[in-house]
Parts: sequence; C-alpha cells; structure tokens
Amino acid sequence: MNILVCISKVPDTTSKIAFTDGNSKFDTNGVQWIVNPSDEWYALVRALEIKEAGGGNVTIITVGGVEDEAVMRKALAIGADDAVRINSDAKDSYFVAAQIAEYAKTKNFDLIITGNQTIDFNNAEVGGMIAELIGWDYVTPCNKLEVSGNTCKMESEVAGATRVLEATTPLVISAAKGMAEARIPNMRGIMAARTKAITVVEPSAAAAQVKINAFELPPAKAGVKMISPDNMDELVQLLHSEAKVI
Amino acid sequence: MSVIVFVEAANGKLKKAGFEGVSYAKHTADLLSTSVTAVVFGNADAAEVSSLGEYGATKVLHAKGDQFNNLDATAYTAAMAAAAEKENCKVVIFPFDNSGKAIAPRLSAKLGAGLVSGALSYPTNNGGFKVKKNVFSGKAIAEVEIVTDKKIIAFTPNSVGAANIGGSATVEDFAPSVNASKIKLVEVKKQEGEIPLPEAELVVSAGRGLKGPENWAPVEELAKLLGAATACSRPVADSHWRPHHEHVGQTGIAIRPNLYIAIGISGAIQHLAGVNQSKVIVVINNDPEAPFFKAADYGVLGDAFTILPNLVEAVKKFKASQN
Repeated sequence: MNILVCISKVPDTTSKIAFTDGNSKFDTNGVQWIVNPSDEWYALVRALEIKEAGGGNVTIITVGGVEDEAVMRKALAIGADDAVRINSDAKDSYFVAAQIAEYAKTKNFDLIITGNQTIDFNNAEVGGMIAELIGWDYVTPCNKLEVSGNTCKMESEVAGATRVLEATTPLVISAAKGMAEARIPNMRGIMAARTKAITVVEPSAAAAQVKINAFELPPAKAGVKMISPDNMDELVQLLHSEAKVI
Repeated sequence: MSVIVFVEAANGKLKKAGFEGVSYAKHTADLLSTSVTAVVFGNADAAEVSSLGEYGATKVLHAKGDQFNNLDATAYTAAMAAAAEKENCKVVIFPFDNSGKAIAPRLSAKLGAGLVSGALSYPTNNGGFKVKKNVFSGKAIAEVEIVTDKKIIAFTPNSVGAANIGGSATVEDFAPSVNASKIKLVEVKKQEGEIPLPEAELVVSAGRGLKGPENWAPVEELAKLLGAATACSRPVADSHWRPHHEHVGQTGIAIRPNLYIAIGISGAIQHLAGVNQSKVIVVINNDPEAPFFKAADYGVLGDAFTILPNLVEAVKKFKASQN
C-alpha cells in the first residue's frame, strides 16, 4: 500500500506564545519546532505499521521552506521512505490542501493520512479539503485503522458513539488518538535519515482564502480562590451562587 | 442572499449545537441584513424542527431519509452545496464538532469559500469580514479575515450560546439528488447511559492521583449526581484505566464545558491545552506546586481520597435542598 502522510511543523507545546510586528506575527524567536503530534504519533506511525505488515511505501509531504527540513528528517528517522517538500510558505489551509492534492494527483497513492489537528492553528481543515479537491471519501476522526488488501476497517469516535466503518481505497483519513503509539527513532533510523533525499517541488497556483490580521492573548484568570478541604459545602455553594454553573 | 446553518439530528432529537448554530447564524445575518435558513439533517421531531424559528431561522430545509441520517460526509457536503445554491447563500455556519470537521472543509474546497474553524465570537464586518478564533490550543486568539466572496464559519460549541428570541420558520422537505460515499457504516456502538463528553456542560475528570482504576467509583458518583460527563488525563487513558474517548488534552479531545472539575491531575501544559477554555475550573490536588492551580478558579489542596466523599455528600445535600 502506498501511503502519503501529511506533516506540519509546529512550535513545541512548551513554547512561549508571543507576537511581533504589532501583534500580527508569531514570534519564532527561541521556538523549538517539532512534527505536529497527531501527524507523527498517529498518522505516520500507523502508516509505517501498515507498510511493515503488508509492504508498500510511506511518503511524507509538507508545505514549507527549507527550514522545515529539520522536522522532515525526524519523520524520516522514524521510518518514512520518501520525503516531499512543496517549496512555499503554508499560506492557509486551502493553499496547503491544494498543493498536496495537486501532488497526489500525479502519483499513485492508496491512502492520504493527516493528523486530526495541528497544535498551532487548531483548524482540522486540510484533510477534508484534500478529499474534496481529489474527489475521495474522507474519514474523521479515525481512531482505529486495519488494512487487508485494499479494504480499510476503521473506527471513528464521535459524541456518544463509536462508528465502525469499512471502505476500499483510495481514502483520505484524519488520524486521531488510539490509532497508534508514539515511536522513538533509533540510531539506525537517525543515521539513514541524514542521507535520504528530500524531493523539492515548486508550488502550483492557488490563492489563500483567509489571512490572520492580528493575534491577542486571552484575558488573564482572576486567580484561584482556595477552599478548605473540610468545607466542600462552601465549594458547592460558590459553584451555585457565584460561578452559577450548577 | 442568505446565511445557512447546518443542524444535525441524533436519535430523533436536534443536537444542542444546532440551536446555538441558528443563533450564531442570526447574528451573522443581522450583520449582513439578510435572513437565516437552517438545513436540518436526519429524522427529528417536527415540532422541534420548526422551533428553530424561535432562534432566528425564517426557513428550514429538512433533509431526512436514510441518505441523510448517518453522517455520510460526502453526501452531506453535496447537500449543503445544493442548499447554498438554492438559497443564494453568502455565509455558511457549522458547529466545530466532529460533524462540522467532516463537512465544513469539504464544502469550503467545493465552493471556494474561505473557512474559519473554531470561532469564539460573532463575526464583524467593518473593513473586512473578520472572525476571532482560538489558536495555539487556547493560549492565544487570532483575528482571521475571510477574503473570498463566500464564507464559512465553524463556531466553537458552547461559545456564544443559544438564544430564544421568538419567531417562526417555514419548514420544507429537502431532498437534493446527491451521490453517497463508498464508505459502509458497519455498526454504531453507542456508549450507553453516559453523557457524551464533547457535548457535556459539566465534566468531572481525574488523573494519576487516583492511583488506580478501582478508585473511580466516587468520580463516577460525583459525575452522576451533577449530571456531568467523566473525563481523564492522558496517562490514565494510556494505562487503560479509562477508555480512550475520555482522554482530554492536546492529543485527546479539547472540551469547553461550563464546569471542569480536575481531581488528582497536575495540569501539564498538554492537558491544559484541551481544557483551558472551560468557563470555570475546580482543581483538587495534594501538591501545592501543581501547575493546574494557576489555571483554576477554585482550588482545594488536600487528599483526593478524603475530599471526594465529602464533595459527594455536599452535592447530595445541595441537590436535596434544590428539590
């Protein structure tokens, strides 16, 4: 099975969130970049498990500049076979999806897997947009994926229920919790990743549909009110009369 | 011109987010001096469907029957596109829940309509059509401008609330001819008797501080008394003490209840990313240095195993006084 895994470079969870240029740009100063967790832990690792069990190839793709190649090397070290970088800023979700869909149309992939959401812009948009642009069905969130031949058996956890789904490839899948466990690259993988080629593809024409004008920080919390552990009646009364939530 | 809004039925009832969506659409329509058409998917009680008029819809298109009863994202997307064309729609509203995430991005690509996902408040239309949304897992807010002619907003459920403003809507059956997806729905396994976590207004959550799955009974009792859903931290789900669908946090699900009670959870940044949008946070922990206290509204410092039974009793007493 030939699988395309979409990865995104995001600031590490512990990064300080600050802005520059009159609060119009994210301050990248001192930020440590990582592969978006659900792209790595769920999408990439499950793709590798499927390849290891049944053969095939795993290609990672990202839309970004040369500075994104460090996180691509991490994905290669975990075990991806090939890497493709669309050489452009990721202007918005639609632009990214259009680039990936254009690339995928020229190849012969059975599955395109994205992480269910990036931890920077929290959009959960790219997978669905790719599906529409390429004309494939889309499963989100996908919490379990078993492949036999060209049939995918999947589980999707929605509010109050788990939906068991079955479909034949090609498919676009949004990978979420439960699909795989995080995998740590070994020394052999890290060494091999250093020499693997990253294919650079120039972007196709697509216009951004949204733009971020400004950032702000959320209003600060008023501070915690401590309640004596011996006085749970007081806590319940405060939740009722002050917070008005019960 | 109009604003249309996606409303979904489950088990014969309209989802709560549908009413909030109509309210969101009504505000948006007022901004653009136009009207709201709600598109309802799935079989639902007729009186409830027409009650969407009280929240600001003037027209309801009701898509029912097998094809529109099982969250077929491919078919629903095509139907929403047909509704958008029929209503000469400029703005489409979705809830940013599992259904919205499955359909809104597809519709965005299909219509060439810019999409903002996770909106926190109503749009503004003063020098550009702008919407505020969460970014960096709630650690910042971005003002996003949609530059395309057609626009889609997926709002964060429980962010603006539903408002019954009175009014009435005409209801039409809506049966657009659309292709179904090739995905077969084999089975729906319902989580019986529980309140679905993503929709819950009150959530009781516990972490490693409870030491083992055998100690969850008072957590479940507290949740039941309050009418709350239960949740847990990542280590708890990873150790299989609790099912995966209860895991809230950066790599689990993000929630925004009115009340989040965290018991024995230290409040690692990855956990906070999934819950920091909760309106009121109560933290019960025996470690005064637990970072969660900094994000809390109310804190209780002490041993969860003695505090929990007392809290259960206090809630029982309170509930009895309310009757």
